[in-house]
Amino acid sequence: MTTNGSSSRLILNHDDISRTLARMAHEITEKNPDCSSLVLVGIITRGAPLAKRLAEKIKSITGTDVPVGKLDVTFYRDDIAQKGPNLNASPTEILADVTGKTVILVDDVLFTGRSIRAGIDAIMDIGRPGRIQLAALLDRGHRELPIRADYIGKNIPTSKSERVKVKLKETDGEDMVMVVSGND
Amino acid sequence: MTDAILSGFKGRHLLRMSDLTAAEIMGLINTAMRFKEVSEREVKKLPTLRGKTVVNLFFEASTRTRTSFEIAGKRLSADVINISAQTSSVTKGETFKDTVLNIAAMKPDALVIRHSAPGTALYASKIAGCSVVNGGDGAHAHPTQALLDLLTMTERKKNLENLNVSIIGDILHSRVARSNIAALNMFNANVTVCAPPTLLPHKMESMGVRATHSIAEAVEGADVIMMLRLQTERMAQGLFPSLREYADNFCLSAKVMKNAKKDVIIMHPGPINRGVEIASDVADGPYSVILNQVTHGVAMRMAVLYLLCGGAES
Repeated sequence: MTTNGSSSRLILNHDDISRTLARMAHEITEKNPDCSSLVLVGIITRGAPLAKRLAEKIKSITGTDVPVGKLDVTFYRDDIAQKGPNLNASPTEILADVTGKTVILVDDVLFTGRSIRAGIDAIMDIGRPGRIQLAALLDRGHRELPIRADYIGKNIPTSKSERVKVKLKETDGEDMVMVVSGND
Repeated sequence: MTDAILSGFKGRHLLRMSDLTAAEIMGLINTAMRFKEVSEREVKKLPTLRGKTVVNLFFEASTRTRTSFEIAGKRLSADVINISAQTSSVTKGETFKDTVLNIAAMKPDALVIRHSAPGTALYASKIAGCSVVNGGDGAHAHPTQALLDLLTMTERKKNLENLNVSIIGDILHSRVARSNIAALNMFNANVTVCAPPTLLPHKMESMGVRATHSIAEAVEGADVIMMLRLQTERMAQGLFPSLREYADNFCLSAKVMKNAKKDVIIMHPGPINRGVEIASDVADGPYSVILNQVTHGVAMRMAVLYLLCGGAES
């Protein structure tokens, strides 16, 4: 698709996303045979519905209800001085006690790694997890911190100027992942 | 000369309510709710203002506001220094200007100022070279109090529009009343002020409020009753015959409360004078949200410090 000098290519459609999340759920149960020690925590905005979907898939595989929470990392970011204050933070809702548990942080796109660093710090202030793992629907590279994901839906090579657009039914009305280059 | 060195700061100040837009106030309320959640955790600290310095410069007595700003700064990991006039070089004759310039030379990121003279925070903002927050200047303004009051009202009443708010007591000397009227007008609340004629400024209606001298009239139909302390320290003699006569006519008592709405909330910025403007059983009763206001004070001041020192100088 090309409009007004910008071009975008479709990476995942609705069915692709569903299949990808199913595979990730299988990998999670494989790596964590005792699902009762898991807590899924989605990073707001789009990590939150993804964490919920993963929990549903884990339940259909193992029959275990895995607690799901959502985490806002606004006040832990390292770019507050550059970007200025953000007055639209959402509530962090993690009802399960994370202490001693295996917390799986869930995000839509793994890019510089800076939001994940903020997410790890935020979790540490809430409790003391036994371990933290990371699941990302997409890994687009360009890491600026020594962070890697334990579960990746899809690796997409991108240039730094391109943008990865993730749309989810819960937040955007449809499921779709696109890479956009140029102005749009 | 010093002025030239330190001025030219392009960051933000909070001196009065009109320094904020309605959208920013809603953002501050949202942010304060997030900070309130943090204040209920076991680890009540965020790294947000690491490396920032906040100085509380108080020329007037304060328990709530000063402690509240101190805790707010510390919960955001800022370094907070408290200076009160009684223990500073002001007692050696140093002027307000020199005090501000000397504190400013130590490069704080925010200066919270309380003073009995209106306009002191504005003056400080012109010479300090950092963000200035007005922590109360005489009878002029106390914006963070109005903001925490809005937070309390929003939490309890959801919508500020058409909310009936009655402010009762020493309106004449009250910066809390002035900042609340300014704030509530921005959200189209219906404000009533109630005081004896000597404690009610003339032409209050020009501020867009209803004025009455009858506490019964102010209480009836109110969704929010905001009581004010009698500020005897600012009074010339003869504004009312005696404390007892004032209390007879303007104390919020259980008897007066009989005609109030069943879901009314009672607020007071503190410190309260039990038995003068508010009866003990009412202050401690089920409608009272006076201590919630204090809790909200910390959360709202965290939001204000985050807004003012959270970014680079623009």
